[in-house]
Amino acid sequence: MDFLAPTTWADALAAKAEHPDAVPVAGGTDVMVELNFDHRRPSVLLDLTRIPELRAWDRADGRIRLGAGVTYARVIDELAAELPGLAMAARTVGSPQIRNRGTVGGNLGAASPAGDSHPPLLASGAVVELASVRGTREVPVAEFYTGVKRNACAPDELIAAVHVTPAGGPQQFCKIGTRNAMVISVTAFGLALHPARKAVGAGIGSAAPTPRRAEAAAGYLAGELDAAGLWDSRGALPEGLAVEFGRRVRDAAAPIDDVRGSAAYRLHALSVMARRAATWAWDDYRRAA
Amino acid sequence: MRIELTVNGTTREADDVWEGESLLYALRERLGLPGSKNACEQGECGSCTVYLDGLPVCSCLVAAGQAAGREVRTVEGLAEGDELHPVQQAFVDRGAVQCGFCTPGLVVTTHDLLERNPAPSDPEIREALAGNLCRCTGYEKIMDAVREAAGAQR
Repeated sequence: MDFLAPTTWADALAAKAEHPDAVPVAGGTDVMVELNFDHRRPSVLLDLTRIPELRAWDRADGRIRLGAGVTYARVIDELAAELPGLAMAARTVGSPQIRNRGTVGGNLGAASPAGDSHPPLLASGAVVELASVRGTREVPVAEFYTGVKRNACAPDELIAAVHVTPAGGPQQFCKIGTRNAMVISVTAFGLALHPARKAVGAGIGSAAPTPRRAEAAAGYLAGELDAAGLWDSRGALPEGLAVEFGRRVRDAAAPIDDVRGSAAYRLHALSVMARRAATWAWDDYRRAA
Repeated sequence: MRIELTVNGTTREADDVWEGESLLYALRERLGLPGSKNACEQGECGSCTVYLDGLPVCSCLVAAGQAAGREVRTVEGLAEGDELHPVQQAFVDRGAVQCGFCTPGLVVTTHDLLERNPAPSDPEIREALAGNLCRCTGYEKIMDAVREAAGAQR
């Protein structure tokens, strides 16, 4: 095995081009587990922790460009106001030790259906920035997950950043697990209200082969709110509407039975989480008036 | 490969480090620092917690090569000579040690908590220690020790 530790982004991209089978490692919270358990023996380990721009975030074109190496701890400390859904999800990741190392970019790289970042990124319509020596391209996060633990990265590409629009309205994140810490989600749900567009975003975790949007459910909720004039009046969310939204989120999922939970449980939990998230977010929206 | 890093304030070199090796393995097997414990090897138990550039991390999930040139502080680096750190003393005084395996990780994590928050509430203590498992389930004594250490440091 080779251990490469480039100190510039250009060197990292050159290394990935030269060694397409290199496994990138940042926080190590997924990759090192695979190495420790002999599940993976890459020919090259590509350490990305020495590249300053990966650890930075900034604002550009009305979006926050979150470098792939920004840790969950920093999302919580530095971005909770602007990216509240992602920060809520980050708070549920592992433990303080894990949040000090694990990164949103790593979550995207692993592309596990259970990754906690995915539902809020889907709900807010984030865009993943991929780079290689050939250039840079942007992939909407909903198109980024291509299969179980598979993503849209070409073999010579690295995840540079994820672009997220700062919240224009309330956001919520819900996650079911066996305890409140150190838990991989049984199922998870992210919701974002976009009042300026009278739109809703919804993302589902651990309930399909990939993280996925609940697009029809989100469109239904946004449309019903609009039809009743509620975006403008900020009137109460009809209970029946929240329940039906939950049902439609459930219908967007395609979970399996596994060691963490049954498909039936996941479907039920999703419908409850979606109903609650919509209710909480709408209450926040009304209070913000 | 060879790596050079600062451990508990001293520059150290480790030779013949395997490229996929964890910092935990390098500390224990190559640098003679067995205080950090090896249990789950997947970041679940916290018994390998060390500071890396000032942040507590699971050393089992850091590649040794990633720690090259960085500063590591282990449980061995908390005491001043023979004088236990107040956190360590509180764990002794409160009987917060049963089999002792989780203790080094809990001591480092508590040390970090009290550096950031000298007067944590009980929920804050529980949140901070959520990534450190004690399978003797001595959590009540551990809570007592953290509260006592917080009081002793104020």
